[in-house]
Amino acid sequence: MKVGLFIPCYINQLYPQVGIATIELLEKLNVDVGYPSGQTCCGQPMANSGYEYESVGACNNFVDNFKEFDYIVTPSGSCAYHVKKHYNIIPQTTEVTKVRDNVYELCDFILNILKIKDVGAAFPHKIGVHKSCHGLRGLRLGSCSEVVGEKYSYIEELLQEVKGAELTTLSRNDECCGFGGTFAVTEEAISVKMGKDKIQDHLNSGAEVITATDTSCLMHLEGLINRNKQPLKVLHIAEILNSNI
Amino acid sequence: MSHSKLASIFNKDEKRVDWHDKALWFVRHKRDLSVHNVKGWEELRNLGHGIKAHMLSNLDNYLIQFEENAKKNGVQVHWAADADEHNKIVLQILKENNAKKIVKSKSMLTEECHLNPCLEADGIEVIDTDLGERIVQLAKETPSHIVLPAIHKNRHEVDELFQEHLGTKPCDGDPQYLTGEARKHLRTKFIQADAALTGVNFAVADTGGFVVCTNEGNADMGAHLAPVHIASMGVEKIIPKQEHLGVFLRLLARSATGQPITTYSSHFKKPRKGVKMHIVIVDNGRSEQLSRPDFRASLHCIRCGACMNTCPIYRRSGGHSYDATIPGPIGSILSPGKDLTKHSTLPFASTLCGSCSDVCPVKIDIHSQLYKWRQIITKETPQPFVKKQAMKAMGNIFAHPNRFETVGKIARWSLRNLPKAMINSKPNVWGHTRDLPLGPEKSFDQWFKDRENDKKS
Ligand code: SF4
Repeated sequence: MKVGLFIPCYINQLYPQVGIATIELLEKLNVDVGYPSGQTCCGQPMANSGYEYESVGACNNFVDNFKEFDYIVTPSGSCAYHVKKHYNIIPQTTEVTKVRDNVYELCDFILNILKIKDVGAAFPHKIGVHKSCHGLRGLRLGSCSEVVGEKYSYIEELLQEVKGAELTTLSRNDECCGFGGTFAVTEEAISVKMGKDKIQDHLNSGAEVITATDTSCLMHLEGLINRNKQPLKVLHIAEILNSNI
Repeated sequence: MSHSKLASIFNKDEKRVDWHDKALWFVRHKRDLSVHNVKGWEELRNLGHGIKAHMLSNLDNYLIQFEENAKKNGVQVHWAADADEHNKIVLQILKENNAKKIVKSKSMLTEECHLNPCLEADGIEVIDTDLGERIVQLAKETPSHIVLPAIHKNRHEVDELFQEHLGTKPCDGDPQYLTGEARKHLRTKFIQADAALTGVNFAVADTGGFVVCTNEGNADMGAHLAPVHIASMGVEKIIPKQEHLGVFLRLLARSATGQPITTYSSHFKKPRKGVKMHIVIVDNGRSEQLSRPDFRASLHCIRCGACMNTCPIYRRSGGHSYDATIPGPIGSILSPGKDLTKHSTLPFASTLCGSCSDVCPVKIDIHSQLYKWRQIITKETPQPFVKKQAMKAMGNIFAHPNRFETVGKIARWSLRNLPKAMINSKPNVWGHTRDLPLGPEKSFDQWFKDRENDKKS
């Protein structure tokens, strides 16, 4: 099984530690990971801003880099969702559909393709899980409160096996954090208010660390937490699953 | 004004935002509790979606069938292409009947057509009889929500409004006293009314009847007392068969407020003796929306308001920030169809979190339609030069890995080395209230290359 690792643009530049944790974790799980050096971005920032046509180059570049792999894994539910849902703007060659069918968010890949629940991590802290929307309602990484059906969460299934980890419960389990890409800037007032409310919910639940499948949400929350000097840390889920303290 | 500007004005009073958010979340939560108890809820949603899709594909036939049956029942049927025509028809009917005092039960369609000012200009007294609607009417405002029109007002504000307009005593916002007074006030209006106007929640093609849902019984009170009943309905309110009501009545009330069914689901079919009944069937842009394949499903909407209650942006920006008759997520896909330039910021007033699509009882893919409007808006309406250029530049960088690396290096260096004051200066909206991450020395790319080299050496 040939697995290609996609590291989203902003993680590559601003949060390399998330990429490092991801690759180390996959290697620990005996996955043969390749990291194509020509990768950049999935094209989402332009597309969500209404400039899909400016993202064609990025889409093609993505497919070129990953067409050889059986699976493409990324520590970002949002990017995986974007490739799956919005790559219909380029011609649907077999390469393109193969890439779209086989792109996976990290937790989804570990649990449902590798079929591993216990990754052997230890992290003795109270963890608040932020269920990033694109992963939740786009990729269905968990059940969401609006839909009637069985309750499940891939993220929590993995975290439950982490030694010492204790998951907290939020009063609004799956409310958006207010990041939303350029929304965070164009709708600043609402974005900030949503982030503040989300953080307060985590503080009330007794969390020490907020984790998520998406660094973008965490970047927004961390920006507020640091500015307001609040007693919370943020860590991408790959960092928790890769830790052994 | 753009949504974001209006929303930031609303956000100046954080306490108000908090209770607005909590009040709507309470309703959304009640909805959850009630739908999770219904076996087969998701199947019910599928059914609702399917019936609506079928109806839209055969809209012409069902409308004609409805008209025939309604006429057989002794109802007069009128067709209005737009708001203006709707208002003229209503005015004409009122004149023919010499009606000077009208009671109206909540109808978003008459809001959409701006009927009230039009009738008032002709010296007709129009009283909105839904309590929330009456409150906003007294305040000379528009509804901020389609089910809870005065949700943006607290009870103290209502207290003051009633003192001013209805001559009530100061009561420190006592809800019981206030509703009691409203009831007395409205009853006199019902008794005096020359005509009653209602909306239509569902019009049934195979019987020619229609259903109006309220929690206050105000539609019934109006229609049962007045000698003329005019019902205004959008073309998309039609459902093929009487038996389909069982699906929609169950979906509607639970999604709207978490009730099993609305307190009054009143079926009207034929006029009582000595009473006239009219139905005005209104298009007003609906068939145009129907012609847009990407957006036609927006016409499935049964106006339950659940997408507003669930929307984290709506809850924190208030209905008026949408500056449209139908606010919130569904409004943001309906409004651009009417005036793309005026409503160009609405599809961007969303994080595309998808909660609206999941809550919608008739499974409208609301967030996907918002995404699609964004693509159209950037092409068809004037966009800021800077944004356009930035997107072009970004597209270019991401299409070329070497350019991406260079730009990344500069960005990381700046974050690490430039003074905070410069980074968080005015043009950087992010930095007003949020810290930026510290730029790391090495990108992941660099780290990976170094590791590969170490392995080799
Ligand atoms: S779009 Fe769906 S959720 Fe929103 S008001 Fe209409 S029916 Fe209700």
